[in-house]
Amino acid sequence: MKRFATKAVAVVLAVVFGMSFVACSGEKKAEAAPAAQTQTETKTETKAAETIKVGVLAPLTGAVAEYGNAVNNGVVMYFDELNAKGGINGKQVELVTYDEEGDAVKAVTGYNSLVDQGVVAIVGDVTTGPTVAVVVESQADGMPMITASATAASVTCQMDGDKVVAVYENMFRSCFIDPFQGEKMAAFAKEVLGAKTAAVIYNTGLDYSVGCAESFQTKAAEVGLEVVAVESYSNDAVDFQGQLTNIAAKAPEVMFVPDYYSVVALMAPQAAAAGLSTTLLGSDGWDTVLDVVTDAALLEGAYYCSGYSPDDTREEVLTFVKNYQAKFGATPNMFSAQAYDAAMIMAAAIEKAEASGAKAGSAEYKAAIIAAMKATDMNCVTGHVTYDQYNNPEKSAAIIKIEGGATKYWGNY
Amino acid sequence: MLFLSQCINGLQLGSIYALVALGYSMVYGIIRLLNFAHGDVIMIGAYIALLTIGAGVNPALAVVLTIFGCVFISVLIERVAYRPLRSAPRISLLITAIGVSLLLQNVTQLLFTANTRPYPGSAIIPSKALKLGGLSLSLTTIVTILVSVGSMIALHLLIQKTRMGKAMRAVSEDTGAAQLMGIDINRVISVTFAIGSALAGIGSVLFCCRYPVVNPNIGSMLGLKAFVAAVLGGIGSIPGAVVGGFAIGFAEVLVTALGFSAWTDAVVFAILILVLLFKPAGLLGRGVAEKV
Repeated sequence: MKRFATKAVAVVLAVVFGMSFVACSGEKKAEAAPAAQTQTETKTETKAAETIKVGVLAPLTGAVAEYGNAVNNGVVMYFDELNAKGGINGKQVELVTYDEEGDAVKAVTGYNSLVDQGVVAIVGDVTTGPTVAVVVESQADGMPMITASATAASVTCQMDGDKVVAVYENMFRSCFIDPFQGEKMAAFAKEVLGAKTAAVIYNTGLDYSVGCAESFQTKAAEVGLEVVAVESYSNDAVDFQGQLTNIAAKAPEVMFVPDYYSVVALMAPQAAAAGLSTTLLGSDGWDTVLDVVTDAALLEGAYYCSGYSPDDTREEVLTFVKNYQAKFGATPNMFSAQAYDAAMIMAAAIEKAEASGAKAGSAEYKAAIIAAMKATDMNCVTGHVTYDQYNNPEKSAAIIKIEGGATKYWGNY
Repeated sequence: MLFLSQCINGLQLGSIYALVALGYSMVYGIIRLLNFAHGDVIMIGAYIALLTIGAGVNPALAVVLTIFGCVFISVLIERVAYRPLRSAPRISLLITAIGVSLLLQNVTQLLFTANTRPYPGSAIIPSKALKLGGLSLSLTTIVTILVSVGSMIALHLLIQKTRMGKAMRAVSEDTGAAQLMGIDINRVISVTFAIGSALAGIGSVLFCCRYPVVNPNIGSMLGLKAFVAAVLGGIGSIPGAVVGGFAIGFAEVLVTALGFSAWTDAVVFAILILVLLFKPAGLLGRGVAEKV
């Protein structure tokens, strides 16, 4: 690996020198500039070459491209803004992006490729599976990393069942973790909605869904919310009629569905067909569900938690939404907001590492970034972020209510 | 009452599996090819309906276009990918079919991205429900069951009563002898593909009305389950596909109703393994001695 890295650096250097030579000679030929001007040209050239390279690892194509592109947009937007303001420590930030196509093996290849290209830190990965693969790979390098969207506990900690074996010190995240959402929604159902009975239906093939469902049940038992039915389905299932018919027979007051929007869109009409009338509760995977569901009335009155709401009225959110719309012509979703925050947290940490005077990319430099991230205490778009001992952010969840065929920001809980 | 509701759920699910399994079985019966691209043709059908209705085409016309679109794609696949391999070993055909399946999924993903989109199911079949006492029966369910059963009867008549049906049976029995008797093999095979994929088109509309989201992967699991149904019934056998489809639908719902919802897929694929181990010809299939 090391030898390859040296070779790669040599090749990159050769290319850079070659290019600058071509650029300079081109300059001379075209303008026949006086010697002094050529010198300043060369100077800006070296200054421009002195950039901070930050890696972005995300699935930009493939089945989960939707998340990857949302994340990439958020990251690009933050660093564009930062570069416009002068960058970090007078240096521009150069993003090196690798498309891992949602594949864990390609993600590890991508990680190594980014390391070989000399990035000082990485924003990514996006989904849990590839992220975990990369985190394990990154242990030897101590590469500072932050994910905007991988919510499984095993992303920042080595887990043995529910027990934390070790914390991956270099890995942070700007989203909250799976169990956190289940707990929030169980407490919300009991304390805010005043529900006494609940049902849970979850995806056995999705760690995210299983994690949410388990923590919902644990918290429900704690707060005195009776779980009358627990049903599950496999990852590619489209038919939930049997499960929903079982649940309908128990007539729970709320039903918790921790899964992604496409499953919710499939389940909503089937729940109605099964004669199930209950308040639906969801997790952050519900984001954008109204774009996919055939009839929004089917989800009327449902609540789900989210890392962020574009209708939040805090200053940070207003500015973010306005700038995002100007840049991409669309309302940013949760992934973009969390990615923007991830970039912000990472950039602030890099700034401190730069200030420490350590050599970019050295072990001390990386350690300085990690220490700075651990000490994060700042207002981000998705809320005020500090980190707990497991490198998970401590923040409140935005509760979104579906009302009149639209999502409404209910408040933070 | 709970039992009755679950029976209807099984009937509904089974009728879709049966419809898709018919396509598998027909093609297998004629050229001994497991057409793994069948599920993806269903997915293509979903996109055709989605785009045409989105463009303001009358839903009834969109359904017709979907069916013709599926037929066109399938016949094209047969011409381009399968026909040149007619005399190649069967394993080459099988691998080609898997390749075609992946090609369709990836091309669709390139054209329309992997994003899940809503399917305008309620434009085709209004989302109404019939209430019978405590029993709620959606219009989609009723239409699905009726259309499936109707298609199966039509198919049965076609195969048993028409000249083309007779030719199909002949080709299925002995391709070489059929050719000697003056049957145009290529034409029969094309027609088989066309009919199988017309069923896929109908299946596509019914499936998507029931499960109204579309993405490039919707065909794969459906295709696999229908494949299991076809094997269970006896692959190559038309009544077998119907029996197998309903059996798998009921098995899934039964497992769920008994409270083991996490095990539905495991049970379905366990059935596949058990059938292959103990009755490889399936419930209604004919055992054919392998020539060595």
